[in-house]
Amino acid sequence: MEVSVENITKTYGLQKAVDSMSFKVNTGEIVGFLGPNGAGKTTTMKIITCFMTPNEGDVKVGGFSVLDDPEEVKKHIGYLPETNPLYKEMPVIDYLQFVAEIQNVPKAKIRERIFEMVQICGLKNEKYKKIGELSKGYQQRVGLAQALIHDPEVLILDEPTSGLDPNQIVEIRELIRKIGREKTVILCSHILAEVEATCDRILIINKGKQVADGTASSLRKQAQKKEIVRVTIEEGNRDDIIIALQKIDTVEMVDPLPNYTSAYEIQSKADVSSRKTIFRLCVDKGWVMTEMTPVERKLEEVFRDLTINS
Amino acid sequence: MKKIWIITKRELRSFFDSLMAYVMIVLFLGFSGFFTWIYGNDIFMVNQATLQSFFGISFWTLFFFIPAVTMGLLADERKSGTIELLVTKPVSDWQIIIGKFLSAFILICITLVLTLPYYITVASIGKIDHGAVWMGYLGLLLMSASYISIGLFTSSITNNQIVAFLMALFIGIFFHLIFGLLGNNSGGWLGAILSYLSISTHYESMARGVIDTKDLFYFFSIIFAGLIGTELTLSKRNVSY
Repeated sequence: MEVSVENITKTYGLQKAVDSMSFKVNTGEIVGFLGPNGAGKTTTMKIITCFMTPNEGDVKVGGFSVLDDPEEVKKHIGYLPETNPLYKEMPVIDYLQFVAEIQNVPKAKIRERIFEMVQICGLKNEKYKKIGELSKGYQQRVGLAQALIHDPEVLILDEPTSGLDPNQIVEIRELIRKIGREKTVILCSHILAEVEATCDRILIINKGKQVADGTASSLRKQAQKKEIVRVTIEEGNRDDIIIALQKIDTVEMVDPLPNYTSAYEIQSKADVSSRKTIFRLCVDKGWVMTEMTPVERKLEEVFRDLTINS
Repeated sequence: MKKIWIITKRELRSFFDSLMAYVMIVLFLGFSGFFTWIYGNDIFMVNQATLQSFFGISFWTLFFFIPAVTMGLLADERKSGTIELLVTKPVSDWQIIIGKFLSAFILICITLVLTLPYYITVASIGKIDHGAVWMGYLGLLLMSASYISIGLFTSSITNNQIVAFLMALFIGIFFHLIFGLLGNNSGGWLGAILSYLSISTHYESMARGVIDTKDLFYFFSIIFAGLIGTELTLSKRNVSY
C-alpha cells in the first residue's frame, strides 16, 4: 500500500514544524526518516497516522485521504509512537486483546494473533504481568506487538529499537526487513547505522523541509562533489611520487597516509576525475600501482553536511 | 457501536482494577446508608415509607463522587500520551468520548443498583409510592449523566487529574447550588431562568414523582453540551497541540 505525502504544511503557532513536504513510499519499501531533533519527523508521522491534520496539503494511504477517510487510513496503519505510550495498569495480554479488538481483528483469530505476537516479540514470560511492571525494553516490545497485531499494510515506527538489548535489536531489525518485503515501512531513527542497515531508501529532513532522498550510497555520492581516491603505489621514491601527482592539473591535493609507506589519498578538483591520469602517470614512470579505491564518505558526514549548512 | 463497547469495557475494567470502583461503591453506600437509616433526617425520623431522605443524600454524594470517577478518563490519557495511540486506532473521536462516558455511567448504574435493597426494605415495611421511587432513580441517573458529561469535559481540557476534578466541581456547583440560590433571591424573568438552570429544581420535582419533558430537555441539554465541549477540545489537537 502506497503512502504519498502531498505538500503538507503544519504550523504550531508561528513556527512551521513541517514546511510543504512531499514524498512517496511504495509498497515493499522500507524508508528511513532521518533528521535532527525538531526537524519535523514526529509531526509528519503524527499527520500520516491521522493524529493531527495538516494545515495544508494531504496524505494518501492506499488512495485514502487522511482528511476525508481517516477511519479507513487508520485501519491499515500500525503505529509505534516515539514515547511508546501504553496503559501501564493493564496486563500485557489484556492490552493486546484490547488492541486486537479495536483494530477489527476477527474474533476467531484474536487468540492466534496474540500468540504470534507474543512469540515474535519475545514476551512469553511476561504476558501476564502488568505493563507498568516491565522494563523499558519489554515495554518497547509490547509497543511493537500492538503495532503489528492486525498485520498492517503500512507500518510506522518511531525509534523502534530504543531501550532494546543488542540481540533484540538485531532480531527486531530482521523482523522489520521481513515485514518490509511485502509491506510499506516508514522508520524514524537517530541511529544512522540502523537506518543504513534496515532501509532501502533514506529521506533526510531539516527544519520541516526535505533535504535529501535516495539510497544510502546515492546520498553519499550526491554529497561528495569532489572525488577522493586512495591509491597505493609501490616501487618509486615517495617524494617524487607526491610531486608528480601534484603536477596533474585535475588534482587539488595529495595526502600521504601517515600509517602506510606507499598509500596516498588524492582529492581532485570539483566535478573532475583524475583516476585515468593517475594511472597513465604510473605507467609512464614505471611505478606499480597496487590499489586504487574511491573513498566513500560516511553517512554521518553526509547527514551533518545536509542538516547543519542549510 | 462495537467500538464504543470495546472502549467502555476497557475503562470499566480499569475502574475495577484500580480499586476506583470499589472505593466509589463502598463510600457511596456507606454515606447514603448512614444518612438514610441511621443519622439525621432518616427514614425512622420521617416515619413514612419513602426514600426521600436517600434521594436527598445521594443528590450530594454523587455530586462529589462523579468528578472523582471522571477526572482520569481523558486527563490521564493525555498525561501518559496513550491518547495518541487511541486516536490513531480506527475509532472516531465520538466513539472514544461516548465509550468513556458510558463507562462512568455504567459504574454509577452498578452503584445505584446496589441501593435497591433500601427500596425493597422500605417497601416491605410500609406502603411506598413506587412511582416516586422509580422517578427518583431516573432523576439520579439523569443528574449523574449530566455530571459525568461535565466531568468528561473538564478531564479533556487538562492533563492533571486534580485540576479536572476541581474544575468539574466548580462547574457543577453552579448547577447544583448557585443557580438555585440566585434564582430564589432574584425575581422576575432572571429568577425564572436561574431557577430553570438549577439541577435541584428538576431533580426535586422528579424525586417527588413528577416528570416533565422540560426536565428531560434540561438534563439532555447539559449532557450534550458537555459531550460537544469534550469533542471540541479533543479535536483541538488539529489546531495546535
